[in-house]
Amino acid sequence: MFDWMAWLPKNASTYGGDVDAIFAIIYWGTLAWLVASLGVFGAFLVLYRRGRGRRAAYVTGDRFREMAWILVPCAVVLALDLWVDWRGAPAWAKVKGQMPPADLTIQVTGRQFYWDVLYPGPDGEFGTADDRRFSNEIHVPVGRTVRLLLRSEDVIHSFFAPNLRFKQDAVPGRLTGGWFEATTPGVYELPCAELCGVAHSIMNGRLHVHTPDDYEAWVRQQWPAATTARSESQG
Amino acid sequence: MSERHASSGAAEHGDHRPGFWRTYVFSTDHKTIAKQYLAVGAFWAVVGGLLAGAMRWQLAWPGSEVPGLGVITPDRYNVIVTMHGTIMVFFVAMPILLGAFGNFLIPLMIGARDMAFPRLNMASIWVLVLASIVLLVSFFVPGGAASAGWTGYPPLSGKPAFTGSNWGLNLWLIAQALEFAAFLMGGVNYLTTALTMRAPGMTLGRMPLAVWQQLAAALIFLLSVGPLVAGAVMLLLDRVAGTHFYVPEGGGDPLLWQHLFWFFGHPEVYVLLLPPVGLVLEILPVFARKPVFGYRWILWATAAVVALSMLVWAHHMFVSGMDPRLAMPFSVSTILISVPVAWIVFAMIATLWRGSISFETPMLFALGFIAMFIFGGLTGIFNGSAPVDIYLRGTYFVVAHFHYTLFSSVVFGAFAGIYYWFPKMFGRMLSERLGRIHFWLTVVFFNLTFFLLHNIGLAGMPRRTSDPRFFPMLEPHQWINELATVSSVLLLLAQIPFVVNVVRSLLVGKPAPANPWEAATLEWTIPSPPPHLNWGPALPVVHRGPYEYSVPGEARDWLPQGQVAAARS
Repeated sequence: MFDWMAWLPKNASTYGGDVDAIFAIIYWGTLAWLVASLGVFGAFLVLYRRGRGRRAAYVTGDRFREMAWILVPCAVVLALDLWVDWRGAPAWAKVKGQMPPADLTIQVTGRQFYWDVLYPGPDGEFGTADDRRFSNEIHVPVGRTVRLLLRSEDVIHSFFAPNLRFKQDAVPGRLTGGWFEATTPGVYELPCAELCGVAHSIMNGRLHVHTPDDYEAWVRQQWPAATTARSESQG
Repeated sequence: MSERHASSGAAEHGDHRPGFWRTYVFSTDHKTIAKQYLAVGAFWAVVGGLLAGAMRWQLAWPGSEVPGLGVITPDRYNVIVTMHGTIMVFFVAMPILLGAFGNFLIPLMIGARDMAFPRLNMASIWVLVLASIVLLVSFFVPGGAASAGWTGYPPLSGKPAFTGSNWGLNLWLIAQALEFAAFLMGGVNYLTTALTMRAPGMTLGRMPLAVWQQLAAALIFLLSVGPLVAGAVMLLLDRVAGTHFYVPEGGGDPLLWQHLFWFFGHPEVYVLLLPPVGLVLEILPVFARKPVFGYRWILWATAAVVALSMLVWAHHMFVSGMDPRLAMPFSVSTILISVPVAWIVFAMIATLWRGSISFETPMLFALGFIAMFIFGGLTGIFNGSAPVDIYLRGTYFVVAHFHYTLFSSVVFGAFAGIYYWFPKMFGRMLSERLGRIHFWLTVVFFNLTFFLLHNIGLAGMPRRTSDPRFFPMLEPHQWINELATVSSVLLLLAQIPFVVNVVRSLLVGKPAPANPWEAATLEWTIPSPPPHLNWGPALPVVHRGPYEYSVPGEARDWLPQGQVAAARS
C-alpha cells in the first residue's frame, strides 16, 4: 500500500526503467521529507502542548540565527528539486526528444471512440495499396524500434501505454507522435487518457508485443501476398 | 426607507438604521456581503458534494442505481464530473475563501469601516448570484449541462456534436465569465481597501497575514484571469458564431485554449491556497500563544509564490503536443515553487516550536491543513517532474494529488476559519464537542477516501472514466474504488455534526464575548457581531504588529494591536 513502485504496472519498454528510476528517486526523497516534517510537526504538538503555568517562548523568527532553521531545510529542498530535474532531463529527452531511427512506423488516429491503427504494409509507405487498417490493436515485435505517428480527426485523445510508460496526446490539426521499443512479449492495454466524449471509458485498445517469430507469423497472416523477403524489410 | 430620528440625542452614531432589504439583501455592509458569499458557497458545497458522491457511487458499483438519482449513464457521468470540478473551484472555494473571508476580515483587520467601494462590493455578490442562477439553469436545458470536463478543452467543448451538450455548455461559459467579473470587482476592492483605508498606525508591516494573503490572491487573480476571459469569449464565438479560434480546419489551434486556460488555471491553484494559508497563519499564533515565525520572510515567500505561479502553467501540457523542449524549463519552474511554499509551511511548524499549544476546533482544522497539505505538496513533485508526468498525467494519481492540496486548503482551511471567526460573525459560540467530532470524522474519512486513489492511479486508472470495468488491468484493484466510495459517503455524512452545530448555535448558542480566543488583532476589540460601520465614533489606532503573544514581562500573554501602552506586571 505504501510501496508505490510496486503499484506501477510491469515495465515492458527500453526507456520505462529510466522513468521508473526517476519515480523512485522522487518517492524516496519525498518519503524522507514526509517522515521528517510530520515527525517534527507531531513532536512539537506533543512537546509543546499547553501545560499548567508554562508560557510560550517569545520567538519572532526575524533574527538570522532563528531564520537558519528554515533557511537550511529550504536550501535542501532546493537542492533536491534541482537533483530531480537534473536526473529527470535525460529520461525526458530519451522518451520525448530525438527519435531513434525506426524499424517500423505505425500511424494511430484517435477517433470517438477507438484507436484507428494503420500499417504501411510490406512496402513501408503509407497511402499505398498494401496499407492495412486495424481497430484498437497494435502488433509489434520485441527489440525493434517502433515509431508512432499520432493524429486525431475529431477531439483530443491521449494515447496511453501504461506498460511502456508512454503517453502522448493526439491533437486535431497537429501531427504528434513518439517511439518505443518493447522488451517483453505480452498483451497490454492502451486506454485513452483524455476525456474525449460520452464513450471515453470504452476507448481502450490492445498492444500485442510478439516474439520475433510470432510477429513474423502475424505479418504473413496479414499480408499473405507479400514475399517473405519483403516482409522482412518492414518488420 | 430610512426614518429620521425622532429623538434628538442619538445622533452620535450618525447612521440611519436601514430597512430590511438594505440590511439583509441589497446591503453594502461588508459583513453582510461576507455572509451572503458564505451562503452561496455553502449552497454550492452541498450540490458539489452530492455530485461527488454520485460519481463515486458509479465508480464503485457501475451501472447500479444511485439512491435518489437513478442510473448514471456515461453522458450524465461526464456532466457530473465537469460540474463537480467547476462548482468546487469557482462556486465553493472562491466564494468562501475569498468572498466570505476577504470581505469579512479585510476591513475589520485593518481598522476600516467598510470596503473602499461598497456598491461595487454589493454588485459583486449579486453578479455571483446571477452566475449561480445561470449555472443552475444550465442543468435543465435540452442536452444537459456542460460535459467537456472542468477544463473544457476544445474541440470537445467546441461543437455540440462532440458532447451532446449545447446550451448547457454555452451557459457554463457565461456563468464562468460572470463569476470572473464578480471576483474582479471583489479583487479591486480588496486591494484598494487594504492599500488606502488602513487605520492610523496600521502600517503595511503590521498588517495581519490573512489580509496579505487575500491581497496576494487578488493580485494573482487580476493578473491571470484576463487571458482566460478572452479565451472563453473565443470559445463561445466558436460555438455560436462559427469562428475558428480553436478549429484546425479553419486555421485555429486547440492548444491555444490549453495555454490560455492553464495560464489562469495554475495561478488559480494559488488563488485558492493563499487565503487559507492566511487564515491558518492567524489561528496558529493564537492557539500556540506565540508570534508567527518570521512574519517578514513569509511575505517575501508569498511574493515569490505570486511571481512563480505565473510561470508554471505548461506543466499541465507536458504531453499535450507542445514542443517537448519546453517541458524541462517548466518542470524546473514548477518544482522550484516548492521552495517558497515549503518556506511558509516550515514557518507554520516553527511557530509551534516552544509554544503553549491548545487544541480547540479551529486549531485542529488548522493543524489538519498543515498535515494534509504537506502530503499533497510532496505528491506534486511527482507530477512536476516531466518524465514521471508522462506516466501520471491523466491518471487518478493526479486526482488524489489535487484533492490532498485542494481539500486541505479549501475544506480544512475554510473550516478552521469558520470555527475561529464564527463567534465574531454571528455573535454565538459553537460547541467544542461537536466541533471535535466533526474534525476527527472528516480527517479520517478524507484520508480513507483519497489516499488509495494514488495507488489506483499508479496502477493506470485514467481520470474521468465512468466505468472502471472496461480496464482489465484494474480488476484486482476495484476494492479501492469501493472503499473510496463508502468513505466518501461517510465523509459527506461527517459534515452533519457541523450543520447541527451551526443551527444549534444560531438558535440557542452561548453569546460570544468580544474576544473569546484572547487574540491580538483588531477585529477582537469590538463586540461580536460588530456593529454597522464596525468601530465607534473613532477609528482604532494601531501600536504594534498583529502577533504579540507571550511578550516577556507582560502580565497577559497577548498584546492587542490597538492597546495604547503595555500594562507592565
